Amino acid sequence: MDDEPLRKDRIITDGAANLISRVEELAYELTIDEVMTRDLKAIAPGTKMGEVMETFREARISGAPVVANGELIGVVSLEDLIRALRESNIEAPVGEYMTRMVLTVNARNPLIEALKVFEQKRVGRLPVVDDDNKLVGIITKGDITSGVMHALEYDYQEEEVRRYRARHLFEDIVSDRTSLTLRYKIQHGAFAQGGNASSHIKRALLRLGASPQIARRCGIAIYEAEMNLIIHATHGGMIRVEIEPHRILMEAIDDGPGIYDVDLAMKPGYSTAPDSIRELGFGAGMGLKNIQRCVDDMYVDSTPGRGTRLELRINMQPQESLGDATHKNLTDGGA
Amino acid sequence: MKLLELIKLIDGAVLTKGASLDRDVRGGCGADLMSDVLAYSQPDAVLFTGLCTMQVVRTAMMADVAAIVFVRDKQPTDDIIQLASREKIPLISSPHGMFEVCGRLHSAGLQSLEHAYDEG
Repeated sequence: MDDEPLRKDRIITDGAANLISRVEELAYELTIDEVMTRDLKAIAPGTKMGEVMETFREARISGAPVVANGELIGVVSLEDLIRALRESNIEAPVGEYMTRMVLTVNARNPLIEALKVFEQKRVGRLPVVDDDNKLVGIITKGDITSGVMHALEYDYQEEEVRRYRARHLFEDIVSDRTSLTLRYKIQHGAFAQGGNASSHIKRALLRLGASPQIARRCGIAIYEAEMNLIIHATHGGMIRVEIEPHRILMEAIDDGPGIYDVDLAMKPGYSTAPDSIRELGFGAGMGLKNIQRCVDDMYVDSTPGRGTRLELRINMQPQESLGDATHKNLTDGGA
Repeated sequence: MKLLELIKLIDGAVLTKGASLDRDVRGGCGADLMSDVLAYSQPDAVLFTGLCTMQVVRTAMMADVAAIVFVRDKQPTDDIIQLASREKIPLISSPHGMFEVCGRLHSAGLQSLEHAYDEG
């Protein structure tokens, strides 16, 4: 399992390498009950081997759990069936030929646990049990392969479709000036949610086709602003983001205590935040300065006792603009 | 340096499931103040921190941090681990202190991805 390539004469491309590590990740992410077969063809120990053959043929399976009084007592497989056939004993009960085994896997475990068992023991299928040791399904290597393939496809499609849809938004809608507005309500003191709105904004920008650099600058600026609202805005506040192909305008508005001296608030190290905020890694008087560093323009409009409006603008270069059509128009000098 | 190699050098324990460890890391950034991370870290840095709150993961998401190392054996809560797993940011815990962790990795060749402080 070390650095051994899959095959000596084959060079693994970056694309393939990504796929391989994604498959490995999925082995940890997917749980056994997400890929197992639930439709159990449980067989009673008294069933004749001949009947088992019929069941296998009809259901197109190569093995089944053997259950007596609701308890899993073994597994019968094609191999057992062949043994019975070779001994011309297909009238014998399943109990005589089945593999009496107690190897099971828990439904809630990650796939990797089933893979380990498949690798160590030479079994073709594993009964799956729940926390009470009750049989809930069966898993084969084939189930794992198709489960992983399905997840890979889904993974890829989901984000691709979202990006595709979002990226074409600005081209599909015709107007003299199109913009997309996002609004988020921010609650005072809701520290656990701190950064929630910002991560949605950053993701939206990436889906709309913003470069990672632009998305990072916006994300950092609006995250600091969001934390400011949570820390200082006594009645909470609102974040409003207006996205245009060539420009992003972000506003953080509140009717809180206001900033008495904006110049002083801009000074690195000046802070009115209490210690509880500092314990979260904020409130060291860096916020506004950090925001300013990330944006092209920043305006602070604040009245003590009335509230604060922070306005941030990021302008995109033509090659960074969102939506392909606008980009073309700008670089070709328009239609 | 591979992330797996980095983890070995600091006797780290991986706390998240699913996030890929078989990737190259370009460098690191050490801070307990999240505003400093936002201001002075470069994209793709591994973040070394003694702070163990939800805001560390949120900050990492905004600043494109590659992985988070909690020093001095700090253990994040389940909701922190869940958020990081969902965002595919590996969380690692090391029993060593900040100076020891940074020192080991720097002498093993890991670069600093911190911007120099500037007044502007």
